Amino acid sequence: MIQFIQNLIDAVALGSIYALVALGVGLLFGILRLINFAHGDYITIGAYALIVPSADVTARLLIGDWPWPVLIPTICLIVVIAALLTDAAVFRPLRRATSPTLMIASFAVSYIIQNGVLMAYGSRPKSVDLWSGANSQVFIGDLRVPMLQLITLAVTLVLMIAVTLFLRRTSYGIQMRAAAEDFRMAQYLGVRGNVVIGIAFALSGILAGVVSLLYTTQSGSLSHVMGVPLALFAFVAVVVGGMGSLVGAVVGGFVIGIIVTMLQAYLPPDLRAFRDAFAFAFVILVLLVRPAGLVPSRSTFERV
Amino acid sequence: MPLSRALARHQTPAILIVLLAIIACVSLVGQSDALHVTLTEMFIRVVVVIGLYVFIGNSGIISFGQIGFMCIGAYAAAWATAEPTFKQIMLQGLPVFLQEAQYPFLGAMAGAMVLPAAVALLLGFAIMRLSGTAASIATFAFLIIVNSVYSNWDSVTAGVSSIIGIPTVVGPWTAYAFAAVAIVVAYLFQISRVGLMLRASRDDEVAARASAVHVLRMRLAAFVLSAALCGLGGGLYAQFLGILTVDPFYLSLSFITLAMLVVGGMFSLTGAVVGVVVVTAVVEILRALERGVGLGDTAFSLPSGSQEIGLGVVMALILIFRPSGLARGKEIRLFRAAPAAPPATVPDAGLQLSESPTSAR
Repeated sequence: MIQFIQNLIDAVALGSIYALVALGVGLLFGILRLINFAHGDYITIGAYALIVPSADVTARLLIGDWPWPVLIPTICLIVVIAALLTDAAVFRPLRRATSPTLMIASFAVSYIIQNGVLMAYGSRPKSVDLWSGANSQVFIGDLRVPMLQLITLAVTLVLMIAVTLFLRRTSYGIQMRAAAEDFRMAQYLGVRGNVVIGIAFALSGILAGVVSLLYTTQSGSLSHVMGVPLALFAFVAVVVGGMGSLVGAVVGGFVIGIIVTMLQAYLPPDLRAFRDAFAFAFVILVLLVRPAGLVPSRSTFERV
Repeated sequence: MPLSRALARHQTPAILIVLLAIIACVSLVGQSDALHVTLTEMFIRVVVVIGLYVFIGNSGIISFGQIGFMCIGAYAAAWATAEPTFKQIMLQGLPVFLQEAQYPFLGAMAGAMVLPAAVALLLGFAIMRLSGTAASIATFAFLIIVNSVYSNWDSVTAGVSSIIGIPTVVGPWTAYAFAAVAIVVAYLFQISRVGLMLRASRDDEVAARASAVHVLRMRLAAFVLSAALCGLGGGLYAQFLGILTVDPFYLSLSFITLAMLVVGGMFSLTGAVVGVVVVTAVVEILRALERGVGLGDTAFSLPSGSQEIGLGVVMALILIFRPSGLARGKEIRLFRAAPAAPPATVPDAGLQLSESPTSAR
């Protein structure tokens, strides 16, 4: 029983990372119908911004050595700037393009960022030591919980409440929801499209920045493709959740996290290497039963 | 003259095949190995990109997973043709009929088509039910599944180490022959009943459904044919390199092949073929620049990695300034066809799918 609860905590912690990434992906998908492959690479950028740019094998912390009240906003700012730059350079000229075109364009952006990072920092994974104190364990009764998981959970909760409040209570948030519902109608009613989209990119950049810090602290290593699996799990979470619904994206993120952790814990040892394959196969099965996702959104259905 | 009329009507594949033949003749002029490698790789990519085109171009759904089928095909060919002694030691999980025998080239190629096609049939049955964007993501997940399975299933794929002792029988001309076959197959598919119905569903899914087009079935057919062609490309690749690992069949190759299709124009066969040729040329030029060129006294070279970044930039520029690619969705024709209508009519105003924020509402 204790073991199961332990696994469940792992699952929720992993799930909350996926949920944060999925929320960032879902925000942009809601408004732009853009599945942003580059989202994972925003996370990579955030993580690499911590260290001194060089192709050396050992990473020296630069921003990573700053005290956290300065560090966190700086990293988020860097990622937000990167996200806005990709928007200005590639996605803005493609505003009128269709969903598949946008998806391919974001694939191109992702490829450019990955190889840019590769060029600047070299191809070998680097180890970094960011806030290693956070990996200490806390005991709650018989449960052994890594401090970092509690932090991850708390951060996820705070960010989700913040995003929800922003979307519900602020004028820009309401404009964003209107744009997600019906972009053209919202524009007719005076919503400035590029501003709303810019805010969505900035928000998804902030989320990516936070994830890059959480993930780097946990894994302790950097690689130029580190964001890819995160983004992929987030895409799958968005699809499982029902495309276009933010609640769905978050739910999907947690579902994926739980599936992956439970497979890791309960698969026979010689099948554990195939964990991701099983997870994705399971997802495809879920979609067979519910092709519209767990929380279907109205806007996914095509209107004639 | 019925013959000349038929030729004029079906001139596109003929022109493309002749075009590639002219390029293949370059291998007669220069005898350098590097040139042969580049040409062979290019023709293999023609097969793979045509495979991508058969599904993506005709259905309008982007698939990131076709490289997974290429991987399956490559391993199928390797299983059929690698040295039995190697297989008995390293690949003990293989069935006996593969372990103890070595099959001829064409047999291996058949296997490299059948196995991916069978997988595509199963997988496609599940993911063709999803909407366009969701299906794209599911194909991406499929690529990850293939990569994860093939790099961990040690007893059958040798895991992350490589399969060696595959006969290297594929050179520029063999690869060219298969590229020509792929062109003919893709052409026959797109002018077939199934192909036309699928293209109709791409241009207007609702109208196609209303005209009793069974969209799911058409997409599935294209998906399976596409997987077979990509698998064939993989089989050729295995028998060209003679050594096989899982690594090349991943995001990078997915990106390059998709870039080829987009640059050429994803809605016509001409686009697929032209894209491969043009992107190969661009990549080779960038590679040469990375190695360095002497301009008078000063040597000039791009930092390594510029080739990849350059390709990404070229693709983004094409998407922004010429979204229907170099071919603009049209097929190459030199002669005016006789009264019969051209077989493939294509929108040249860009991608058509009903999920965009502008067109769907």
